[in-house]
Amino acid sequence: MLKILKYLKKKDWLYFAVALVFIVCQVKLELTMPEYMSEITMLVQTPGSEMADILYNGGMMLLCALGSLVACVITAVCSARVGSDLAAELRGQLFHKVQSFSMEEIGRFSTASLITRSTNDVTQVLTLIVMGMQLLIKAPLTAAYAIYKIAGKSWQWTAATAIAVVVLLAVVGIAIVLALPKFKKMQKLTDNLNRVTRENLTGLRVVRAYNAESYQEAKFERANQELTQTQLFSQHTMAFLMPSIQGVMSGLSLSIYWIGAVLINAAGMLEKIELFSEMVVFSTYAMQVVMSFMMLVIIFMMLPRASVAAARIHEVLDTEPAIEDGHGSQGQPGMTGEVEFRNVSFRYPDAEEDVLHDISFTAHKGQTVALIGATGCGKSTVINMVPRFYDVTEGQVLVDGVDVKDYTQTQLRNKIGYVSQKATLFTGTVRTNVAFGDNGRADLGDFVEEAVDTAQAREFVEKLEGTYDGYVAPGGTNLSGGQKQRLSIARAVCRQPEILIFDDSFSALDYKTDRILRQTLAEKCADATELIVAQRIGTIRDADLIIVLDEGRIAGKGTHQELMETCEVYRQIAYSQLSKEELA
Amino acid sequence: MKKHDQYPGGPAAPGRGEKPKDLIGTWKKLLAYCRKYLPVLILALICAVGSTVLTLAGPDKLSDMTDTITEGVSPDIEKLQQIGTAVTEQISSNTQSLIEAITGPLTDQEAFSQKTMQILSSQELTQEEKLAFQQALAQMEQQGLEALLDLPEGVLQILFSPVEVRDVTLSWSDQVQTLAALTGEAPDLEALPETALSLIYTDLSFEGATISGSDQQSLTALMAGLDPADEAAALDVIDHLPASVYDLVMTGIDMDRIVDIGTLLICFYVLSFLLSVIQNWSMASVTQRVSKTMRSDISGKINRLPIGYYDRTTTGDVLSRVTNDVDTIGQSLNQSIGSLVHAVVLLLGSLLMMLITNVTLTVTAVLATAIGFVFMFAIMGRSQKYFVRQQSCLGRINGYIEEIYSGQTVVKAYNGEDNARKTFEEMNGQLRSAGFKAQCLSGLMQPLMTFIGNFGYMAVCVVGGALALEGKIKFGVIVAFIMYVRYFTQPLSQIAQSMQMLQSAAAAGERVFAFLEAQEMADESHKTKKLENVQGYVDFDHVKFGYEGSGRIIIHDFSAAAKPGQKIAIVGPTGAGKTTLVNLLMRFHEIQGGQIRIDGVPTQELRREDVHAQFCMVLQDTWLFEGTVRENLVYSTPNVSDEKVQEACRAVGLDHFIRTLPHGYDTVLNDQVSLSQGQKQQLTIARAMIADRPMLILDEATSSVDTRTEQKIQEAMDKLMEDRTSFVIAHRLSTIKNSDLILVLKDGDIIESGTHNALLEKGGFYAELYNSQFEQGEESA
Repeated sequence: MLKILKYLKKKDWLYFAVALVFIVCQVKLELTMPEYMSEITMLVQTPGSEMADILYNGGMMLLCALGSLVACVITAVCSARVGSDLAAELRGQLFHKVQSFSMEEIGRFSTASLITRSTNDVTQVLTLIVMGMQLLIKAPLTAAYAIYKIAGKSWQWTAATAIAVVVLLAVVGIAIVLALPKFKKMQKLTDNLNRVTRENLTGLRVVRAYNAESYQEAKFERANQELTQTQLFSQHTMAFLMPSIQGVMSGLSLSIYWIGAVLINAAGMLEKIELFSEMVVFSTYAMQVVMSFMMLVIIFMMLPRASVAAARIHEVLDTEPAIEDGHGSQGQPGMTGEVEFRNVSFRYPDAEEDVLHDISFTAHKGQTVALIGATGCGKSTVINMVPRFYDVTEGQVLVDGVDVKDYTQTQLRNKIGYVSQKATLFTGTVRTNVAFGDNGRADLGDFVEEAVDTAQAREFVEKLEGTYDGYVAPGGTNLSGGQKQRLSIARAVCRQPEILIFDDSFSALDYKTDRILRQTLAEKCADATELIVAQRIGTIRDADLIIVLDEGRIAGKGTHQELMETCEVYRQIAYSQLSKEELA
Repeated sequence: MKKHDQYPGGPAAPGRGEKPKDLIGTWKKLLAYCRKYLPVLILALICAVGSTVLTLAGPDKLSDMTDTITEGVSPDIEKLQQIGTAVTEQISSNTQSLIEAITGPLTDQEAFSQKTMQILSSQELTQEEKLAFQQALAQMEQQGLEALLDLPEGVLQILFSPVEVRDVTLSWSDQVQTLAALTGEAPDLEALPETALSLIYTDLSFEGATISGSDQQSLTALMAGLDPADEAAALDVIDHLPASVYDLVMTGIDMDRIVDIGTLLICFYVLSFLLSVIQNWSMASVTQRVSKTMRSDISGKINRLPIGYYDRTTTGDVLSRVTNDVDTIGQSLNQSIGSLVHAVVLLLGSLLMMLITNVTLTVTAVLATAIGFVFMFAIMGRSQKYFVRQQSCLGRINGYIEEIYSGQTVVKAYNGEDNARKTFEEMNGQLRSAGFKAQCLSGLMQPLMTFIGNFGYMAVCVVGGALALEGKIKFGVIVAFIMYVRYFTQPLSQIAQSMQMLQSAAAAGERVFAFLEAQEMADESHKTKKLENVQGYVDFDHVKFGYEGSGRIIIHDFSAAAKPGQKIAIVGPTGAGKTTLVNLLMRFHEIQGGQIRIDGVPTQELRREDVHAQFCMVLQDTWLFEGTVRENLVYSTPNVSDEKVQEACRAVGLDHFIRTLPHGYDTVLNDQVSLSQGQKQQLTIARAMIADRPMLILDEATSSVDTRTEQKIQEAMDKLMEDRTSFVIAHRLSTIKNSDLILVLKDGDIIESGTHNALLEKGGFYAELYNSQFEQGEESA
């Protein structure tokens, strides 16, 4: 948890120091106030007091109150400053860190988890810092100061206060010990209830088709019962907490007065008056001491949640991205669009088996190389190695005759136009989406319309409200799957890359559009090397080179005709889609 | 999930800020929903009122205790003065009578002339002594008795014959001494002889107590040297008072009363503790039970709503009602009602107590508090926009993070990192400043509340002090008011908070009740018609259908017939109504015209579950739940033997795989067990086999697996289709070529029907659809 503080800047430490000073002021003022209070009490009580004295003490008290208000406000402003700065810093650091991650690290954390870490977890830490910074300092300070103020007074009172604190801590401790495990369990049970409900909802048609409504309801009822029981237990435990705290506080002030009565009775006349005013002051300070301990308990209850969040943030920040930038290279002179895999193997860290094993092939300028195989055979992994989303475990991937690891990532990716399997669009307009990023050579905005035309998207884009400046909703939800796919293809074309990579990017298109699009691509981007992952035989049968993958190994390499003759796996795939006559 | 559920509150957001459309109406419904627990609820509320009243009464008693102690501490100066007076009076009367007793014999003419004679005729006295006596006698005219005191002893002995006063015999010398001390210009009591002293300082009985002579002596000695302006000296005097007087002046603390009040307070505290515990306990029980019932009702409702309902809502929406909304309702029931009652009673109670005690001070307290709150609400009103801005900034940046993280590969592949970073920094900066302002303002609330409390305290003290000095009120009134002011300011913010909770509960309640009150499927318990030993004839007879409320007809006039054991394929472009047709067959939706008959019986005359019982269904979405493999396979089918389960798995080619799992058929399927799409589909096919129903529906069952896997599954499916009337929806036309009947759907109508070959020959829509797969092949060929 404390490690988080190292992300505070110098300026923030200054704010922190200011806050600290004012917290001290605040404590001092707040604890001075009871003195004026008791002064007023004494004055009012003594016959023959002067109104001026009361007004003076009242004024002093109001000054203290105002002073403490001002100190509080300054502290609040400072801690808000520190909190929001720290949150912004953490968010920024996380964002930059995640941006430097390769797919491997992202896969390790999962995108959803990274999002939670950058948003909710930061908020958690922020809340603790803002609240905790004040309470964590103020509570012990108040306790110490109050104890100092009442120290050396009658030991009987001190003992009563100590007993109250101990009882209070015991009560809270018991409540926590009893209820905390239940609270933890509750989260699980809630998830369970959610899961059962989600099951019922997602499988609505199955549930009804199998007449399994009562089966599901019984299952739900079990989860519901379990959750209710747990919640009842913890809430019943909690039912005792507040009344107990209240009871201890009331009991403490009663016992201070009772003990006071006995002490005063036994004391001499001079001491009597002194003891009486001490009693009034003591009861105020004793309450402060008890309250401070309560505040500490609250913080310690908040702490675990926030420190888990902090640990989760650290886990991300401490992760070093596996992919390091190369020194920079422009590729071998005279070579463009050349991609070569040289005995490439890949396995995930700690995995037992290779995902890819000994893959070698070469794609020359302007060629189309296609990869085909069953789901999970590693097709996507192969092409993800070209833009260095993954790094090889063994062997080499060369672009333009240079190992991809020698390029800076920017240089490498300037050569590549990549279209992912799932079309990813960003909030903005058609133009911002198509001219996305930077290819290091030209202003991409100039090529938008041409690229949209090549990707067979002109027709629908021009029908959009605002055409090229038409709005694209988050995740492109206002477009159909095929439209999104075509825009993401346009985005790749717009970069005018040496190498085009399509990761199963045609599946959302109907056969006709698929065909026309590939024809246009062949004309307009004749110089670009194409790497295509596909499911449909129809999509790839004209490729210059088809690589058949089976469980991470090359099962066949060649043109459609060659493979039909030599490769059993390829034939099976082909026949599962088309009949013999159709393939002829 | 709705947006606001994903990012709950944000830091220090004031409440959930959601406004219900009908606050009162929804709460009426909520309370009606809790009707069963009304007695417990009322008990809880009574307890709340009770403990609040005790809370109000407690400090009042505590201030009684303070008063008792105060009384014990301050000396009763008036009584001291009374005692002083009584003592002085007694002394002077005693002195008077003493003097009278001594001078009595001298003032009596006859006795005096006798004594004169005796002296003058005395043999023992010298002539000078007698002469002195005569001179003194002459001086007595001017000086009185004093003239006699300096006479020689012998004369005095005769002159002052022993006198007996109250059993004390005064010798001649005592008498002379006494007279000398008392008759001078200033009587000097210290010069008195013992005997005389004992006669002057006689025991004084004061209010039942006896002050001895010596005590009176020391009291007068103390009082004599007292400077009335020196307070400390005065207090010191009190400390040195003789015990008898001290006891009278210092009554001491009335310990009996302290014990009485203390005991009463302990009773209060214990009772208040018990009442609060009962209140919390019963509120918790009620809310938990109500939440549970509500969840069960929602769960039951899920299965009673027509499938069509879910076209309009998302899974996340219903889910958030089951958990978030019910939780919100439970929490506010639990917390807000109790604390609202508590706060209102506290507010009204303290106001009432204040009014009873003193009106001027009440006005002062209320005004002081009101000023504070006006101030606070002014700030709150201004701050609202900062909270809104913070929320929207937070929402925006979270959205952006989500977008960029999910699109990471694209961002990297296109070198878009710099731009993304720039945009992010901009948003982060905005959030930083918006967050800062909102944080500041929310940090202000607590100090302001404290300040209002202190301000009220001070106002009451000053005004109260003024009133007390004018003698209009007593000190106890101020002490009581100090408590009341605190109780008066405290509930105001509590009420504001509870109102906010009540609002968000009502907003949640609105959503829950909207769901619970949604139109259910028609009740069918009166339908008696049953299907037995179904052959497998299915007729669609001029079926017409459109989604309720949309007004658009999706299926216009659909007619088709299937004979037992036939395989009927339904093909067509997306949105043609293929799945709708299957849903109609299953009666997931109700048709609006025509009839669907199974073995000649219209499905509308059957109960829905009876229709469902005729079909096995395998869907594109491979629905598995967290549970063992066996549970997933058997599902709700009763009495399934292990053999049958294994047989089905062997038939779909899954038996071997299942046996390789860590616990075989008892392996729990969850995130840790990764099944391929194909395996999942095989499981659902096995499930359909085990259910073993007369007819079969396959809705895009294989479209999410690759073609090679599909071929493997196909065998299992073929087995399943044996001897069953089957309806198959597929977009890969190769899988349905062998169908007995292919229905080609477009825009809800059959545009073509027949076998694969017949349709190809016809060269219509089907042929076009089929051939489009190979067009490129033809071109290149």
